[in-house]
Amino acid sequence: MTATAKKRVELDRVVIRFVGDSGDGMQLTGSQFTYTSAMLGNDIATLPDFPAEIRAPQGTMEGVSGFQVQIGAVDIHTPGDEADVLVAMNPAALRANLKWLRTGGHLIVDLDDFEGKNLKRAGYDQDPLEDGSLDGYSLTRAPITSLTKEALKGVDLSTKGIVRCKNMFALGIVYWLFNRDPERTLRFITEKFRKDPALIEANTKALQAGYFYAETVEALPSSYEIAPASIAPGLYRHIAGNQAIAWGLMAAAERLGSDLFFGSYPITPASDILHELTRHRGMGVLAFQAEDEIAAVCSAIGAAFAGQLAITASSGPGIALKGEAMGLAVMAELPLVIVDVQRAGPSTGLPTKTEQADLNIALHGRNGESPVIVLAARSPAQCFEAAYMAAKLAIEHMTPVILLSDGYLANGTEPWRIPDLDAMPDIKRHAPSADVATPFQPYLRDPTTLARYWAVPGTPGLEHRIGGLEKADVDGNISYDPMNHQKMVDLRAEKVARVADHIPAQSVRCEQSGKVLVIGWGGTYGSLLTAVTELEAAGESVGLAHFEYLNPLPANTEEVLSHFEHILVCELNSGQFARYLKGLFPEHRFHQLNKVQGLPFRVNEVKDKIMELCHG
Amino acid sequence: MGEQAVKISEVTLTKEDFTSDQTVRWCPGCGDYAILSAMQKALPEMGIAKEDLVFVSGIGCAARFPYYLSTYGFHTIHGRGPAVATGVKLANPALSVWEIQGDGDALAIGGNHFIHALRRNVDINILMFNNEIYGLTKGQYSPTSQQGLITTSTPMGSIERPFSAGEVALGSQATFFARTIDTNPKLMSSIFIEAEQHRGTSLVEVLQNCIIYNDKTHALITAKENRDDFQLHLEHGKPMLFGAGKSKGLRLNGLKLEIVTLGENGITEDDILVHDALEPDPTLHQMLVRMRPPEFPMALGVIRAVKAWTYDEGLAAQLAEGQAKAKIKSVKDLLLSGETWEVS
Ligand SMILES: Cc1ncc(C[n+]2csc(CCOP(=O)(O)OP(=O)(O)O)c2C)c(N)n1
Ligand code: SF4
Ligand SMILES: [Mg+2]
Repeated sequence: MTATAKKRVELDRVVIRFVGDSGDGMQLTGSQFTYTSAMLGNDIATLPDFPAEIRAPQGTMEGVSGFQVQIGAVDIHTPGDEADVLVAMNPAALRANLKWLRTGGHLIVDLDDFEGKNLKRAGYDQDPLEDGSLDGYSLTRAPITSLTKEALKGVDLSTKGIVRCKNMFALGIVYWLFNRDPERTLRFITEKFRKDPALIEANTKALQAGYFYAETVEALPSSYEIAPASIAPGLYRHIAGNQAIAWGLMAAAERLGSDLFFGSYPITPASDILHELTRHRGMGVLAFQAEDEIAAVCSAIGAAFAGQLAITASSGPGIALKGEAMGLAVMAELPLVIVDVQRAGPSTGLPTKTEQADLNIALHGRNGESPVIVLAARSPAQCFEAAYMAAKLAIEHMTPVILLSDGYLANGTEPWRIPDLDAMPDIKRHAPSADVATPFQPYLRDPTTLARYWAVPGTPGLEHRIGGLEKADVDGNISYDPMNHQKMVDLRAEKVARVADHIPAQSVRCEQSGKVLVIGWGGTYGSLLTAVTELEAAGESVGLAHFEYLNPLPANTEEVLSHFEHILVCELNSGQFARYLKGLFPEHRFHQLNKVQGLPFRVNEVKDKIMELCHG
Repeated sequence: MGEQAVKISEVTLTKEDFTSDQTVRWCPGCGDYAILSAMQKALPEMGIAKEDLVFVSGIGCAARFPYYLSTYGFHTIHGRGPAVATGVKLANPALSVWEIQGDGDALAIGGNHFIHALRRNVDINILMFNNEIYGLTKGQYSPTSQQGLITTSTPMGSIERPFSAGEVALGSQATFFARTIDTNPKLMSSIFIEAEQHRGTSLVEVLQNCIIYNDKTHALITAKENRDDFQLHLEHGKPMLFGAGKSKGLRLNGLKLEIVTLGENGITEDDILVHDALEPDPTLHQMLVRMRPPEFPMALGVIRAVKAWTYDEGLAAQLAEGQAKAKIKSVKDLLLSGETWEVS
């Protein structure tokens, strides 16, 4: 199919938001558009927006589900601040999402749904399509439901089944609008419904009908073209953050030559890591659903003692429960990765919304002097490398590692150049050599890393006892000696501090010195990088230091800070990283940009704050 | 035993081989000494290679146990031992994994892990030392303390109704439950060996005396003058007889157990219940574990030992099936699975 009759406009990038009832198939619609665009060579970032309720009443604001995607002929790092195109399948979806559409943006609605009881259910007193409230937008009133019914006449499906195909009709419109060939989705439909020819026929017809409708109606005067981005050559795939974490851990286990033990208890937004790992029993993944978060981390500690790469994952409320056991892993000096997919807190908070407010609990949330390595992933695809590195550091330094992700990274997807696994750094066990002295001394340390040996049950001659009581230096027996305690506390701290010698130096994007250094960590990378890159291009003196290693910090951190006049720490909490940096580097001046709304940063709000410092 | 059978020791080991170099620090006269000694005697008889034995524990006096054995040991945190032991066993099914708990560790703070370990039926052995008190924290009442017990935290007597550990265990679908007592070293050793032989989670309740904070709590059962009347030694396939000269026995009267005397009212051995530890229906086992003096004798021995699918067997089967069926065999396959596209 080709669209030629109408005018075609070239764009650099565009943000499209698909919204509808949770039963309307918006996630599928959005991801189909995404995949097709990726294959055409666009750069892409996506973000699904799920309701907290599984199935809220149909047609209500609570039941609205959305999918936002930004595609570009240029580098794309975020799903976009505001949508250029909003596709709303019902009044509730419109009402909940109009705030995301930029002024002058293109709005496509299913006209058939804007009537009496649907308007009321969405909370509209009058029809927004008629009352002038949408005058600031370019509005297409498409009778999507009735045209879908019309197009599917004679297909062997119930009316309900036919109406369910309206998302494909909408997708057809959007495909035409952005001049995308629906071919890939047609193949997808054929594959997905291969057991049900009626569904293949229905979905295919709906998609084509939507496409032809867009081509013919006058409501859509032009279509848009987004050229391929200049992307590094290679083989690509899509990946979401949680999936990337699961795969990164599996890659680490494979490299180590270990099975992977994963102890977990379901919690949003971390559960998809469990779901993904349970699919891979065939690769020796022991994913274990425990009775609670405490059992989850404790089973992982047991598996670590037994010599496996052991992981637990949760979100804030579960991390809070794991605190005591993490302290045990610190004391026992066992390798353990704890993944925290952060969500808005405190308490149950906003389970499906993102936040970065677990930094404090990651750094400090255990009793006693209890240092652990803390890492933060910065993008959905980078979760792979972050998880791999978390496992590597845990194993090589014999210590728990907390990997921070967040709800935004967990569900967001981006195209990912498939890495060369052989080029990933090696992971080496600090195992006792065959001629290790007897009796075995479980707390004898490697002189460089200070890691103790990983001696595992089943090995003759290395029988030893460990536990949560303070250990005597070297022999590991229980010790209540005051000076020994001091020494062991210092050794555990020093062991973690020395990790700084084994991680990359902190890099700075854009300007390397000058007026404003923007500092971020974790999932805000895309927004911060976009803001800084755009301002640098506009001639501002601004750089970005985005931290992946939070404890210890890279060895050159102080130096990086010293090259800038102002330091602006941007994070989705009330200032936890800023306070941490202020404590470590009190001689520097820090400014803050903080937000706790369950939402990512908008590029513009970051730019405004930077501009204030550049010219204030 | 299944294919993952624990390796057998090549040399004959002795009690001394299982003794660690650590000084035992329980109070003099504590029942835990006898339990340790019975375990050190039983281990050589099991014939398991020393390196394949792992003792995990939570926190409490009881939980110090692993330090005094020369095997692998892990003294963890309060109540969480079953979860740690589960991880050890799943990670390496070839190990013989033991978990040592006190009554508080098992039934208060660790109650959730305790019931789920039993329900899952992972092949580990749990020993619960029941002194009906919190020993380590200086004598507060525990979930097994008798109502009215005066303790450091119940100066006017405990208000709460106690748990029967066995009842909780059977309610959690335990496949193996045995009860023994710290004054009977032979019974302890033999039960530890039977626990090891059982496939699935074995729970052994050891009635233990805390000489400092709850002395003589089991005296009714252990005192010489009561012993015969208040101890019922159950053996699979044998009639439930007890009392001096095995003159008394148990029978069912309607839905209740009843004590009868042989020779009285025409009662013969044929009227006496015969113990069937292998019976999957737990009804009678429940009645037996609930018995308590002075109304009834305390049931000792292996009360329940039924065959059931274990979690580790299930996991091994899924791993094998997964391996056989998997199209994705390496992370590389995984990365290339699904939709990919080339950018040139
Ligand atoms: C999280 C936590 N809470 C409380 C304690 C204090 N504590 C240690 S042992 C114990 C009770 C021990 O009783 P039990 O399990 O019956 O063992 P026993 O000492 O009687 O052998 C308590 C409350 C602790 N160590 N950890
Ligand atoms: S306090 Fe009681 S249980 Fe603990 S060691 Fe002393 S006697 Fe034994
Ligand atoms: Mg106790």
